[in-house]
Parts: sequence; C-alpha cells; structure tokens
Amino acid sequence: MFHWLEKHPFFFAVAVFVTIAFAGLIEILPNFAQASQPVVGTKPYSTLELAGRHVYIKNSCNACHSQLVRPFKSETDRYGHYSLSGEYAYDRPFLWGSKRTGPDLMRVGNYRTTDWHENHMWEPSAVVPGSIMPAYRWMFKNTADIDTAYAEQVTVNKVFAVPYNQEIPMADGTKATVKLGATLEEAKAEALEEAKAIAADMKNQDVKDAVAAGQIPEIVALIAYMNSLK
Amino acid sequence: MENRPLEYDYTVAKMFMLTTVLLGIVGMLVGVILAWQMAFPAVNLMLGEGLAEYTNFSRLRPLHTDAVIFGFTLSGIWATWYYVGQRVLKVSMAESKFLMFLGKLHFWLYLLVVVAVVGSLLMGITTSKEYAEFEWPIDIAVVAVWVIWGMSVFGLIGIRREKSLYISIWYYIATFLGIAMLYLFNNMAIPTYFASGGIGNWYHSVSMYAGTNDALVQWWYGHNAVAFGFTVPIVAMIYYFLPKESGQAVYSYKLSLLAFWGLMFVYLWAGGHHLIYSTVPDWMQTMGSVFSVVLILPSWGSAINMLLTMKGEWQQVAASPLIKFMILASTFYMFSTLEGPIQAIKSVNALAHFTDWIVGHVHDGVLGWVAFMIMAALFHMAPRVFKREIYSKSLMNTQFWIQTLGVVLYFTSMWIAGITQGMMWRAHDEFGNLAYSFIDTVSVLHPYFTIRAVGGTLYLIGMFLFAYNMYKTMTSARRVDESELQTASPMGA
Repeated sequence: MFHWLEKHPFFFAVAVFVTIAFAGLIEILPNFAQASQPVVGTKPYSTLELAGRHVYIKNSCNACHSQLVRPFKSETDRYGHYSLSGEYAYDRPFLWGSKRTGPDLMRVGNYRTTDWHENHMWEPSAVVPGSIMPAYRWMFKNTADIDTAYAEQVTVNKVFAVPYNQEIPMADGTKATVKLGATLEEAKAEALEEAKAIAADMKNQDVKDAVAAGQIPEIVALIAYMNSLK
Repeated sequence: MENRPLEYDYTVAKMFMLTTVLLGIVGMLVGVILAWQMAFPAVNLMLGEGLAEYTNFSRLRPLHTDAVIFGFTLSGIWATWYYVGQRVLKVSMAESKFLMFLGKLHFWLYLLVVVAVVGSLLMGITTSKEYAEFEWPIDIAVVAVWVIWGMSVFGLIGIRREKSLYISIWYYIATFLGIAMLYLFNNMAIPTYFASGGIGNWYHSVSMYAGTNDALVQWWYGHNAVAFGFTVPIVAMIYYFLPKESGQAVYSYKLSLLAFWGLMFVYLWAGGHHLIYSTVPDWMQTMGSVFSVVLILPSWGSAINMLLTMKGEWQQVAASPLIKFMILASTFYMFSTLEGPIQAIKSVNALAHFTDWIVGHVHDGVLGWVAFMIMAALFHMAPRVFKREIYSKSLMNTQFWIQTLGVVLYFTSMWIAGITQGMMWRAHDEFGNLAYSFIDTVSVLHPYFTIRAVGGTLYLIGMFLFAYNMYKTMTSARRVDESELQTASPMGA
C-alpha cells in the first residue's frame, strides 16, 4: 500500500490529510458543540474596558502575564479562585498567555487600584523594587481607540449574541446591565463618563487634562480593563 | 534518454537562501535584545524614551518569534524545497515557465508579507495569538503565498520523471497540508469594520471563538505549527542532506515509513499539553499528555534512522563540520523530543508551565535542531548552487563550537531558572503561607537571565560567521566543477 501511495501523489496527499485531520475532528470539534456558557457574574466588556483590552493586546501584555489561575493551593493563595471556563465566555481572543514573567492578572481587579496601576505603569520598579517590567509611559500620551472597541461590541452583539443592554445575574443576586450605545457618539459619551471616574483617582495632570477635554488616553482605558478583571 | 545529469535551476532557491540568512540574523538579533532586556531592563530604553514604545520588550517579543519561525525557518524550508524538490523528482524548474514564474511570485509576495508583518507588529497591530499575530489582511496574503507554494509543489510533482516520491517529498507535502489546515482554522475572525458598518480601524478583527474554545484552537494550532514548521520540514531536510553529504544510504526504509505515518497520526493530538490544568475538559488534557509521550516513538524513529545512517562512517563526524552540524541537529532533536513529553506529564507540567523551562525547551529545539539543520542544508547547497567550494572549513568549525556552547548555556540556564521559579511559586512556610512574594521569584533569576543572554549572543555571533562564510562562498571561493560535488561538499581551509 505504501509503495503504491508513494507513486500516486494525489492519493498520498489525501491519506496524509485524513491522518492529520483525524485528531482535530475527535479532539476539537466536540467542545464546540457546547459553546462556553458564562458563569453567574460574568459580564461583557464595556466600551472603555474593551478599548483597554485592545491596549493590553497592542502591547502584548500577554507575553509576560497569564490570565489563568490553575487549581493549586499555591495559585489560589496568590491570585484568588481558580479559573472557570465560563468566566472566559466573552473573551475574544482568550488571553491566558503562556509565560509568567510577571504575575497572573486574572483577578488583578480584586487587589490593585487605579492609582497603583498609574504609578506602576509609569515606573514599575518604583512600586515593586527589583521589577524587570519596562515602563509604559507612552500610554499616558496615546489616545485610546474607542471607535474600534465600539465596532467590536457591535460585531459580537450582532454575530455572537453577546448580551449587551440585557440584565445579567450577578453573584450577589443583583442584576447588572452593560450598555451598548445605539450610536458611536452615544458609546463615546458613555466611555468618557467612565473615563472621568477613573481619571478622578489619578494624579497625572496631562491625563486629567486630556479627559477633561474629552480625550481618553490609553492608560485610562487600560486601567478600566484591569479593574474589570475580577 | 541522454546519459548526463540534469541541469537544475536554482534561481528561486538562491532567493530564499538569502532571506534565510538575513531573517535569521534579524530574528535572532531581536531575540538577543530581548534576552538582555530581561537581564538588564534599562535595555528597554536603548533608543531613548521617545522610541521606547518600539524598543520595548513586549512589542519586540512577537517580532522575535515570528521572524525566526516565519522568516528564518520558512525561508529555509523553501530554499531547500526549491533545491531538493527538483533533484529528487528529477526535473528542472527551467522546464516549465509557469513553475518558474510561480516560484518567483512566491518569493516576492512572501517578501511583501514579511515587510507588512514587521511594520504591523512594531505598531502593535496584533491579534495576540502566538505565532498567529497577523491581522486578517496579512492572513489573506499569507494564504495566497501558501497556495502559490502548494501549486509549485504539486506542479513540480506533476511533471516529475522519478515516479516514486522520495521520503523528503512526503514531509514537504505534509508541511504544506498541515500548515494550511491549521492556519485557516486558527485565524478565523470577523473584520469588525465591515460587520459594524464602517466603524473603527479597517484591519481590526474579532476571533470567531471565545475563551476556552479559542484557547483550544490556538494551541491545536500553536503546537502543530511547531510540528509542521519545526519538525516535519526539517526532517525532510535531514533525510535528503545527510545521506547526500555522507554518501551513505538511509539506514531503514521501514523505519522511515513508521516514523512518518506515526508522526502524522500522533502529533496533532498532543496540542492539549499546552492547556494542562486549564479550563479545557480534563479528557483533552489527558489525551494531550498521553499522546505527547507516544510522540517519542515516531520522533526518535527518524532521529535514530539518521544516526544509524552514519553506521560505520563515524569518522566523517570528526572530519566534516557539515556532518557535525547534522549529527548534532539530530541529537538535539532526540533530546528535545524527550524533554517535551517529560514536560507534558501532568505533575511535571504543574511545575514547568509558565516558567522559563518551557522557553529553554523551545530554544534547544529551534537553535539545536532546526537552525543547525537549516544551516547545514545551506552549507551543502552552496557549492552546488554557486559552483564554488565552501569558503572556509575552519570558520565552519569555529561557528559550530561557538553556537553549540551558546545553546548549552541557553538551555541549562533556563532549566535552572524555570525549575527554581516553579519551586518558589509553590513553596509554603511552616504556617501554610506562601513563602515568597512574586518579585522574589523574579529577582532570583537575574544570573540565569544573564547567562542566557550570553548564550544567545554567542549563537548570534555564530550566525554572523555563517553569513560571512556564505557570502564569501558566493563571491570569492575557489570554483569547482561537477565531479567534486558528488558526495562530501568541497571546503576551503
């Protein structure tokens, strides 16, 4: 059989393809039948948070920070409850990372604050002596891309039925609603309100001025995203 | 039929040889910068505060991996394809104007993609998925390049004189099919600009898969991009170049059959070992773990087949630096394919995952196996392509030892770093509290990061020696005629 295949390239290629595709069929497809169901308390990202997530991706934060707490005591002691599949239901893409040069950030919103992030992103080693993380000062100048974040929200809402403008059950029994602006202008106004609340806790004057003038620096969006990670 | 060797046309092979060397240097230079940044963070500001955004570790990191994978390695794969393909199929590219055109189109379109990738990654345009960072416009161009290569492969096969496909061709076909399947599925995304009716950046997209599913597809891809980029085509090379250079027949046809079909069947299952103790279903993690261990068999099948090909001819290893490169590559292949399965065992993975041990594993595979084999292939090709002897044998020897030392420093320091950090993360004191804060586990790594950076720098120096040797071979080495090119490559002092 093998001698015959080696003389018939087409059938050889078909045989190779079937052999390599086999594993994917058995291993990958079944999980897709049961698309990720959000757990109670998992909300879609707001426009500002999503813009912050884009800043996180733009700077490949995931190259050094994981977002996956494994079910070991040493990890739950350090980072909080281990990760559940449903908590990632709105993560497109997933940001688990593959290397922890820095600590896990899955629940960083539980134990770090806006001003901590502000100081840390400006000069990491001033906040954590011995840190090898570089400073990210350009984030205080660059403007966050709210338009693209809104476009992504509209897309996932339309295509994947991500529940914006719907009541979502929270862990404490209350309901929460994440707003999706009907227009880009509405979404921008919404994001600016959120940004103002964050900028109020910051001390960098350039950032405060920018927000007051209706601009949202990347750092503000990033902190909104960080604070949402719980 | 005339009884003389065919004249093969190496135009396209030469083009890809050039990008192999250039992108190899670029990719490894960026890697060395990253290594020094981890040891001495001030290097992040090497071009000043104003350009910090573009010289920063996190911006450069995807550039390093992609330049080495899709720059250096892919170029090497194609350089050897456009050389080996013609020779084992006994047909010249020059016999078909169409194939010649396709080959050149392949190269120039590829170069265009390289430029787009470098630019977009520096700007921070990335999907975040490892080795699949490119946004959809580049993905479409990548698919075009791949389809052109596929047409070129099957076109050449279509007009072949040698009816039976040599082992190397099996592996090149598998490379083409495997990457095509993986790349397409993993990069499925919806461009938000079009879906939202023209809002935001035109090149932005959102993944078709969410959360755990996204991770599953990504590591099915990520692991097997290694399979079909770093293993399968490199095995294709060694099956051709080692027998050619040593003048020995492949030790066992049956072993090559077993290794090939075994590798094809087993490799794809093992992707789950990147997701052990994550939120993917437990049975998938176990499958990933088990199949990783099974994977030792076909991997070692090829490696042992190559080592036994040298049976009775081991003096060649001492005599020829070119054979040295290939034998060490094969040895590192065995080493790396034993280390990988060990790391895939659940209890080991609990310690090793997220640490530098994984980084060490990748590099003993890529520096020791992939890069050594690609450089050996180029060394063997150079005299036949340029009709000149290899410029300097002693320079080759120097390069070999400098780079070997570099790899050894690299993986030993990363072993220690990874296991140290993994142990410190999990250490508890007598009261059950965590013994170390996170920063303690970083500070302790400084000496190992430094040793790694030295190792990487040595390897990079070797790359420059390689580039210089190739350049001199191309331009000023002694001319040779066909009779000197039968087995062992001619080398100058």
